[in-house]
Amino acid sequence: MLKGRAFKFGDNISTDHIIPGRFAPLRSNLPELAKHVLEDADPTFASRVKKGDFIVAGSNFGLGSSREHAPLVIKMAGVSAVLAKSVARIFFRNAINLGLPVLICDTDGINDGDELEVDLAKGTVYDKTNGQQLTFGKLPEVMLKILGEGGLLPYIRKHGDFKL
Amino acid sequence: MTLAEKILAAHSDKKRVSPGDFINVRVDLVMSNDITAPIAIREFQKLGVKRVFDPQKVVMVPDHFVPNKDIASAEQAKLMREFARKQGIIYFEVGEMGIEHVLLPEQGLVLPGEVIIGADSHTCTYGALGAFATGMGSTDIAAAMATGDIWMKVPPTIKLVYNGKLEKWVSGKDLILYTIGDIGVDGALYAAMEFSGEAIESLSIDGRFTMANMAVEAGGKAGLFGVDNKTQLYVKSRAERPYLVYEPDGDAEYSRVIEYDVSTIEPQVALPHSPANSQPISKLKNIKINQVVIGSCTNGRLEDLRLAAQIVKGNKVHPGVRCIVIPGSQQVYLDALIEGLIETFVRAGAAVSTPTCGPCLGGHMGVLADGEKCVSTTNRNFVGRMGSPKSEVYLANPAVAAASAVAGRIASPEEIQ
Repeated sequence: MLKGRAFKFGDNISTDHIIPGRFAPLRSNLPELAKHVLEDADPTFASRVKKGDFIVAGSNFGLGSSREHAPLVIKMAGVSAVLAKSVARIFFRNAINLGLPVLICDTDGINDGDELEVDLAKGTVYDKTNGQQLTFGKLPEVMLKILGEGGLLPYIRKHGDFKL
Repeated sequence: MTLAEKILAAHSDKKRVSPGDFINVRVDLVMSNDITAPIAIREFQKLGVKRVFDPQKVVMVPDHFVPNKDIASAEQAKLMREFARKQGIIYFEVGEMGIEHVLLPEQGLVLPGEVIIGADSHTCTYGALGAFATGMGSTDIAAAMATGDIWMKVPPTIKLVYNGKLEKWVSGKDLILYTIGDIGVDGALYAAMEFSGEAIESLSIDGRFTMANMAVEAGGKAGLFGVDNKTQLYVKSRAERPYLVYEPDGDAEYSRVIEYDVSTIEPQVALPHSPANSQPISKLKNIKINQVVIGSCTNGRLEDLRLAAQIVKGNKVHPGVRCIVIPGSQQVYLDALIEGLIETFVRAGAAVSTPTCGPCLGGHMGVLADGEKCVSTTNRNFVGRMGSPKSEVYLANPAVAAASAVAGRIASPEEIQ
């Protein structure tokens, strides 16, 4: 069970919002990079987010660049999962490959600051603040297997190739 | 099957594939750059694999922060260079490199009917040649460098048909900005876009690269064009390996068919902060600008520079504007030099740079300050994309960008010529 607070964002949060290209040379210094996570969407986010918290967004979260810095800095910041109505495809793959759960559900009812409990196995989000329970779609089998092994690298190390 | 499905099926162990199928795909080329390769290399090394699956099918291009802008980017480029030399993979050093999506087609490294994956979201550019090309992250690229395979979910295909003839100054850039304005930045989420119609047939290969390049800006997984005589002419002299041409079946199933009459489409400008905020140029009055960028993987090809030079020739860049011209590859640079385009730019007061992605992603060579406005031929105008989060980027075709550089405000080429 994942527990934390909701940090609410709107539609079309781009990878440039998440971590602008101007910080890309900092890649080798992840803790420094993570200080700038989502800075251009909410300059206070990085200082307020705590381990276990959730990003709750609208549609098409993570559009833009293929740079893995985006899901990586989100994970580094302690975020336990991203909840969104829909997610851009490269961000989706990258997040799963790095072991950051991305959950597709109707996020309209969740407000900024709500206390959430997410059960990955059951596929449920319980909003303790408003008493609402949501379900999210099951991830494709191949993604579950990759998440189950802890990301793509451990998966390939174990299987040698993609077993579909 | 659609064009995308045909190519994917041919690269899998299945005869037929349908949208939603999960398949293992053999890749013909795996690409990464100086931002994404270092991560891919580290991940590759963690896999415990010694050699890449095929050194002739792995390519690395330093193009984002080169010539190195600082120590951190120099370290990244160094890591990539050393790995490339050790593995004997395809690599282009500063002096022979270009922006990856301009360079690889030009070098005959991407061909019709192939599956190409790259650790760069604009890898979809190669769809212009009838390939299935898509962007992924460094970890996927590391896995593909080791195995030669990648898993994919077969995307549904959206067919886009462009009827009619293009008006003067209307280019591939305008068609794709118009399309994204119509369907939105998630209008083709997870889908393959198949471009066709009379206006597409009349479009140059350079114009097709521009359109395919921005498929990702509509959320697309790939943007594909059929192969015609123009494609064959472009590819034939460059290809060093055989390739297969695929066509969509007559009874191919599309998730959506969208038709446009291009004769009513004007040059488009996408206002901040979304490529979907496209507006016809005639609607934009007196928007003063500080900078113009002409170049990038979207519009850094010879045709683009010719258009821009045609506008600035005999004119001067407005005193309030910095105009930065970046040829997309050394070959484009050399061709532009021989044709006299570079002289035209320099005489007009524009700065001409060696190939780099530089300003497009706010990296270097034209970063914006607070409150500054830039007209750019690039592909993204998100908040903070080109520098300060308080700066603004307006996306346009090279003719509009050049006209704006001369006028000092967003201007139509008609106003200058």
